[in-house]
Formats: sequence, C-alpha cells, structure tokens
Amino acid sequence: MGKTLSQKIWSDHLVRSGSGLPDLLYIDLHLIHEVTSPQAFDGLRMNGRRVRRPDLTVATEDHNVPTENIDQPIADEISLKQIETLRNNTAEFGITNYPMGDPHQGIVHVIGPELGLTQPGMTVVCGDSHTSTHGAFGALAFGIGTSEVEHVLATQTLPQPGQETMSITINGELPEGSTAKDVVLAILNEVGTGGGIGAIAEFRGSVVESLSMEGRMTLCNMSIEFGAKAGLVAPDEVTFEYLKGLENCPEGEDWDEAVAYWKTLFTDQDAVFDREVVLDGSAISPQVTWGTNPGQVIPVSGSIPNPQDYADPAEREAAERALDYMGLQAGSEMRSISVDTVFIGSCTNSRIEDLRSAAEVAQGRSVASGVRTLVVPGSRVVKEQAEAEGLDKIFIESGFDWREPGCSMCLAMNPDKLTVGERCASTSNRNFEGRQGRGGRTHLVSPRVAAATAIAGYFATPEDLS
Amino acid sequence: MKPVSIIEGTAVPLDRSDVDTDQIIPSDWLKRVERTGFEKGLFSEWRDDKDFVLNNDAYSGANILLAGPNFGTGSSREHAVWAIQQAGFDAVISPRFGPIFKNNSTKNGLVPVEIETTIAEELMRQVQTDPNLYFVIDIAKRTLEVAQIGLTVDFPLESSIQDRFLKGLDDIGITLEHTKAIETFEKQRNSWLQRQ
Ligand code: SF4
Repeated sequence: MGKTLSQKIWSDHLVRSGSGLPDLLYIDLHLIHEVTSPQAFDGLRMNGRRVRRPDLTVATEDHNVPTENIDQPIADEISLKQIETLRNNTAEFGITNYPMGDPHQGIVHVIGPELGLTQPGMTVVCGDSHTSTHGAFGALAFGIGTSEVEHVLATQTLPQPGQETMSITINGELPEGSTAKDVVLAILNEVGTGGGIGAIAEFRGSVVESLSMEGRMTLCNMSIEFGAKAGLVAPDEVTFEYLKGLENCPEGEDWDEAVAYWKTLFTDQDAVFDREVVLDGSAISPQVTWGTNPGQVIPVSGSIPNPQDYADPAEREAAERALDYMGLQAGSEMRSISVDTVFIGSCTNSRIEDLRSAAEVAQGRSVASGVRTLVVPGSRVVKEQAEAEGLDKIFIESGFDWREPGCSMCLAMNPDKLTVGERCASTSNRNFEGRQGRGGRTHLVSPRVAAATAIAGYFATPEDLS
Repeated sequence: MKPVSIIEGTAVPLDRSDVDTDQIIPSDWLKRVERTGFEKGLFSEWRDDKDFVLNNDAYSGANILLAGPNFGTGSSREHAVWAIQQAGFDAVISPRFGPIFKNNSTKNGLVPVEIETTIAEELMRQVQTDPNLYFVIDIAKRTLEVAQIGLTVDFPLESSIQDRFLKGLDDIGITLEHTKAIETFEKQRNSWLQRQ
C-alpha cells in the first residue's frame, strides 16, 4: 500500500521507533515567540541543558507588541518583561531573534514562510497552535506546548504517537468572491470543532490546487480549529515558484536537488486515508461565524440558526449559550447585524494578498461612521510591500486605521482589545468568548467581507455594496 | 514530574462543551514568565458569575474536573494545564480533548481521562445530584471506577505515557538516552537543510 504525504514526511524524520516508545521525530525548524518560551528556557537552565541546534531555532516578538508608537518602550510592564525575557534568553543561548521594529519581525507564522525558512518536507514546530499554517508548503507543522518547546530546544526532536490520516477534498471551482477563508469556515461547518481530532489532515482537490500560497496558508492555519494535529497541502509548481529566491531557500545545485526531492512529496495513488471528507467548492459562498466556536458558521446571506433545530442536546445548549453571549436572536439575518469594529489581521489573513483583496473593496469608499477599524499587516515585510503598492493610502483614505505588524486584536495581549459587548468582524481564527477582549463579540470572516462590512456598517459582502 | 498511580476524590461537574483554553486561562495571564501562580486565572472570566460551578461550595474539595466534549481545544498554552493543576485538580474527565491540551497534560502529570459521551453525560447528572460521588482513577489498570453507582470503565492511555505517569519519568531524559541516534540522523540530513 502506498503512503500519504504526511506518512512520507513522518518516516523521513524518524530518528528511532519501536520498543514501547513513541516514534522520535527530528525537527527541522523550531520557531519561538515570547509567550510560550520563558518557562522552557528556565527548564533548560534548571537542568543545566543547552540548546542543541540554535541554528535551527528562530525567534520573533509578536503576541505582546503594540501596533502604535513602537519607537516608545512597551507601556505594559508585564508585556515588556516577557519581551525582555525572550531577548535575554535568545542572546544567552545563541538564537536569532527578530525584535519589534526589525525589518524581519512579524507574526511567527507569517515570517517563517516569507523568509523561506519553511520548506516542503520539513518538520516545523512552534509553541503555538497555528503552526499548522506552515503545512501549506507540504511541511508537517504542528503546535506544541511549553514542555515540548523545552524538549525540542534540548534535543531537536519530539516523541510523537502515531496519528490517523484524514483527507479533505474540495472539488470544483469556487464561485467568484469566495476565498480560502470561506473554504475553511465551510469545512468547520461540515466537520465541527472536533472533526479532526487525532488526525493529520491533507487538503486536496481542484480548489486547493488553484489556491495561491497565501490562500493555502489561510486554509492550513485553521486546521487546528477542527482539532487536526496538522493540515497540509502537497507542494507543486505554485509552491516552488513562491520559494525560489527567498533568503533561506537553497540555491543552485542545492535548489535542483531540493526540488527533485520535493516533487516526491505527494500522496500515492493507492494510499488509504483513515477519514475522508469531500466538499463541493462551487457551493461555498462567503461565510461568517455567528457563535462562540469556529464551527458555528453560516453564509453571510444566511440567518442566525434556531437552537431548537439542533437534534443533539449538547449542540443545542452550546447554541443557546452562544446566542446569549453574542447578544443575537435566532432568525435574524446576518446582513441586518451592525458591527462596532473591524479587524483585518492575524496569521490567518494578514499577508499581502489579504491586504490587496481588502484594499480592492475599500478603494474609493468610506468606512461607515462610528465603526472602528484596524488593519494590521502580519509582518514588516508585508507592511513595506503594501506601502510600496500604495495599499496603506487606500486604507487611510477610506478611513481605516493602518498599524504596525503583530498579533494585535487576534488575541488582545497588546493594547488592541474589544470592550464588553463590542461586536467585531474579524479576519482572525477564533471567535471564543473574550478572545479579542473581555466580553467582546467576534465574527470570523474573510478580508473581503471584513472590508465590505466596515463600509456598510453591518455584515456585507462586496457584492452587497452599491 | 511526580509519579502518579491512583487518583481518588470527588468531581466538579463543568457541564459545557467546547471549553477552549482561552476560557480555561484568558490571555492576560499568558504574559507571566513564571510557571506558578496561575490558579487565580483558572476560568477567571466565568468565576465572576456567582452561579458558576467552581464557586459552588458543595464542590469545594474536588480534585477531578468532569467536563463536556471537546475540552481544551484551541490555543496551545500549557498555562491551561498549570492553572488546572495549581487550582488543585489531578485529573480531567471528558469525552474528547483538544489534542495539544491532552499532550500538555501528560507532560505535567495531569491525567486526561477520555470516556464515552453517554457515560460522561450520566456521570454529569449523577455528580450534579450528589457532589460527594467518589471517583477512583487507576493509572496502572487504566480504569475509572465510581463504586456508589456500580460503574467501572476503561480509558485509553498510551503505554509509554502510562509508564511515564507511573514512574514519574522526565521526557527529555528519556530522549537524551538516544543522543547517538540523533547524531546519526543529523549526519544524513539533506545538505540544503544545513543552515548556519
Ligand atoms: S495572530 Fe493570533 S492566532 Fe496567530 S499567532 Fe498571533 S495570536 Fe496566535
């Protein structure tokens, strides 16, 4: 029997297996940030251990960084201490760090790919659940906890129990105006928040093949939202084209050798997946979440569901609780619900293509009065590219607030937060209670829908705008 | 990690599904660089509600958290595990766990007990009526027993993890015994991966 893509990468990284222990996998790239690493470095110091491969470890500052006045010291003392701890730790252990303001700084899952650090066939880990993003390159990439961060720092390996395989095939062609974000929200609607637990998901089919690398990253980014260990896409010409010439990618003969290897990274015809999901891409319209988990999704053109219509009592109760928290009525049309804030950013949707698609909608229009907006590029590289293309001007002229790169309002560890009851259309990945600030109400959407919603003042697609 | 073989005591019924790690410990708490002091952060936003089950004195001595399905989904923050443990819990029972949370639990000696949905629902009802219901979780036997209602169920626990729990082993220590294998692997890695 043939192997799936993830099984090939797995076996190519096997340091040892058998004798009652889980497989020990070698890790090619370890990304770290300020939030989940301090206790890991403490652990190393306590046990007198060193970092085995500082050269395969790269750090950046993203979760705590402010998106305004970054030439000033960070005002929040605890955030500042966490950032300083990362700087001290990386200096002590000889690890490259891209600090706030650095030309390479940005959200960890945005900078890895854009610096060419993430490559096909690699194992990539980070103390962050959205590490699945890097799977877009045909890498096996997954989030880990702080104990595992310490483990990788000390050994450059991770013991891993075997995983099931899952294929998610999206056939056909997306309708005009639907994006990768809508695809992944539609998948969440289909499989729910637990649908991928215990499995590594491979995205396949004509819709996936036609996506850009940015789109594939959006798709893989949210694999964790349905519980998958990782999500990945087989590398192809689109992947190689994106990588060629990037700073950390192989060159010359190494490049040819690498591409020859990367071309072997696909699921064999006779391989069998443990679980299979198939979606019709042509039926995927722009989507929006209405509840407090990312599986609670409807089309923007739809209405809030009635909890009584759920057969499963647990789902019914979750829906009731969600409507209560979100301050919504069953049956209301999504297009009738007004928003206070629009956030365009996060490792899901803050790359250049995302900003271009939002700017295209914003151009020549104005943000509805009273709507607060934040556009937060994923990295300094993205910010500079956007400014070179004049996107910043389009946003500013339309009334959007143009900010410095970082995680920002995706999880509200910096000053960008929702207040109690504030309703937000957000291009991020989690609509959990309080995720964007205590009491805040989050609706997940694509950058196009976010921009259109900012202009309309209520949930809208660009096609709804006059 | 300390060895753990038997966990016994009473349980708190947290009757909600999809309790994500953002709820277990909100992001404000993640700014800390220490590994202790997270107990106050546990469910801190829900705790303001006086009716929240963790505020109910009837369950005050409990050391087991009984939760709905999809417990610990979302963010990878190990702080969620630290907060649960530091608030006095030794085990969490749920029909299904978020994978990173489950993994993190096993690194810290917090026992994830995965049982069937119907049994979990029944236990939820029982604990809601009788807060003194007594649970015994046996790591060696991989069983959960509630004698008062005549219930004994098996739960899955991978044998290497079970072994680590029972012996209190340090994962990194185990891996470092395989340093030779790591060195051998490093020598044959593809040349283009050897960055400086
Ligand atoms: S942007 Fe949001 S999801 Fe992504 S790494 Fe930052 S906090 Fe996590």
